[in-house]
Amino acid sequence: MLLSENFKIALRALRANKLRSILTMLGIVIGVATVIALLSIGKGATASITSDIQSGGSNLLTVSPGRSQFGPGGGSSQQESHLYYSDYELLQRGLADNVTAIVPAYQSSYIVKSGDESFSVNVTGVTEAYQEVRSYEVAKGRFITDGDNKSQAKVAILGSQTAEDLFGSLSPIGKTISINGIKFEVAGVLVSKGSSGFGSADDAVFIPLDTGYDKLFGSTATYNGKKIVNNIYVSVTTTDLMDTVSAQIEYMLRRSHKLATSDELDFNVLSQTDTLDILSSITNTLTIFLGAIAGISLLVGGIGIMNIMLVSVTERTKEIGLRKAVGATRNQILTQFLIETMTLSVLGGIIGILFGSGIATLFTLTGLITAVITANSILLAFLFSLAIGVFFGLYPAFRAANLHPMEALRYE
Amino acid sequence: MIQTENLTKIYQMGDAEVHALNGASFTIEKGEMVAIMGPSGSGKSTLMSIIGCLDVPSSGRYILDGVSVENMEETKLAEIRGRKIGFVFQQFNLLARTGALENVMLPLTYAGISGKERQDRAMKALDRVGLSERFHHAPNELSGGQQQRVAIARALVNEPAILLADEPTGALDSKTGVEIIDLFQSLHNEHGQTVILVTHDPYVARHTNRIIKLSDGHIISDEANSHPIKAGAPRAEEVI
Repeated sequence: MLLSENFKIALRALRANKLRSILTMLGIVIGVATVIALLSIGKGATASITSDIQSGGSNLLTVSPGRSQFGPGGGSSQQESHLYYSDYELLQRGLADNVTAIVPAYQSSYIVKSGDESFSVNVTGVTEAYQEVRSYEVAKGRFITDGDNKSQAKVAILGSQTAEDLFGSLSPIGKTISINGIKFEVAGVLVSKGSSGFGSADDAVFIPLDTGYDKLFGSTATYNGKKIVNNIYVSVTTTDLMDTVSAQIEYMLRRSHKLATSDELDFNVLSQTDTLDILSSITNTLTIFLGAIAGISLLVGGIGIMNIMLVSVTERTKEIGLRKAVGATRNQILTQFLIETMTLSVLGGIIGILFGSGIATLFTLTGLITAVITANSILLAFLFSLAIGVFFGLYPAFRAANLHPMEALRYE
Repeated sequence: MIQTENLTKIYQMGDAEVHALNGASFTIEKGEMVAIMGPSGSGKSTLMSIIGCLDVPSSGRYILDGVSVENMEETKLAEIRGRKIGFVFQQFNLLARTGALENVMLPLTYAGISGKERQDRAMKALDRVGLSERFHHAPNELSGGQQQRVAIARALVNEPAILLADEPTGALDSKTGVEIIDLFQSLHNEHGQTVILVTHDPYVARHTNRIIKLSDGHIISDEANSHPIKAGAPRAEEVI
């Protein structure tokens, strides 16, 4: 008996109970659609975060306070730890040879106002080199200069999103904004960096660091009378020297923080590659976790299919008896029912793939994340639904095939 | 040709053994038209199942066309059913929502015959039962008599050695029932088809040439009927 013949019989049987077939398929449709949507959105998020981080420059080292949470020994009792402005000055003196720029940054969230508009925005105090080190481009006006820092000028540079929020389509250059009630003059607007999925880099205000210490940050920016920074960015001359510089930083800061060689570091030195590794391990875990949930919904869908097929076998006992009476062998009945289940699950899978791709495309259209639908995830979803058809179809098919022809015929 | 020796069938019903068939022995030659009679519980359905290779006897021998089939495995039995036996049931057992032609093609499908040959043979079979105009009607669009004709066409399509009918008129009114018996008679008289009718109705049985009576799993009589009723003759005369 030909496969197409079996397929025809299967389609007829499924059409006979349209609503039931559709509801049964729905389980697989939802499962597969979820898998496809999650995988593509996850892929898209990873890709955009990766490109974002890479756009920050591949020879950038970021020094931040706190014990490494990802290295060995992480999770030990967390003491408050700080990076100080003096650490920056120390590195500035000691690293001159192998680095192109070192930038300290202190960041805090403030209410920023212009006229009636007011927003809570991250305000970062930086130096001139920040622009180069973090690959920002100026759209209008200028960036912060060393002169601004020296004179403690009250100037602010706006991220593209913040500029739009505060001034709409008007040019903000030369206008006054208030940060925590203190007036600043807008000196520049940055080019959009795009969204990374974890908050936007465009939603930001930059001011001269020294101005910040003196006029805005207040006592929160000091610890034991020493000025603190959130991060120190170190731009290394070539990628080959990353490890060397990283080691030098560790050595110098260990000494300035008075840590013994056996002590854990109370700061981190991360390269972009490290950050990427950490982020990709997070997104991978998330993808696997969400995928597992979607997998469970597929499993539930499969159980639904098996349930309906068992009902169908019971309902059609007489038909099975007749088919056997006119010469159908055990294997022919087995194949027929297996193909019926597989038709259900594969059809559901295909519809689910279309649905999932639709959801992913919708996500892309909203502009939040560019979802990436890969051939792999489609193949995976397709094969998974096929496997569900086989796995959950076998038992009902065996039940049908093993019916005693005479008892099946007499079944009422 | 059907030869049976000491056919016994024992069912296990809980703790009790039920002897549905108790040593039935008979021979039916090719081209005979035979009725198997008996009240319900007499074992006639069990006998029919064994003759039709739907079931195997607990003991005894069954030789169909010279081949011993009593110990055959399921797949071989299915093949024999497909090739040598045509079933007609009381409730017709047609596939719902399926046209007459496709219903008739079903046994050929399982026999691995496809395409034009399958369709031609199914059409010819429907022609033989007088339904050449109703190829694409589904069962619910046909009368009871027409449905039974489709079922008979389905039974004939594989040109089986034996036509095995289980109460074929049981679900039909008497007029239609007579037409169906007439169809069996003409298949038997004109084409020499072996026909076995299983029935509890003596009137139906007397249309055949030989009547085997069963009671409690035993054959209690096996007699030739030298003057079978011609189908369509008024029933009232015969009752006297």
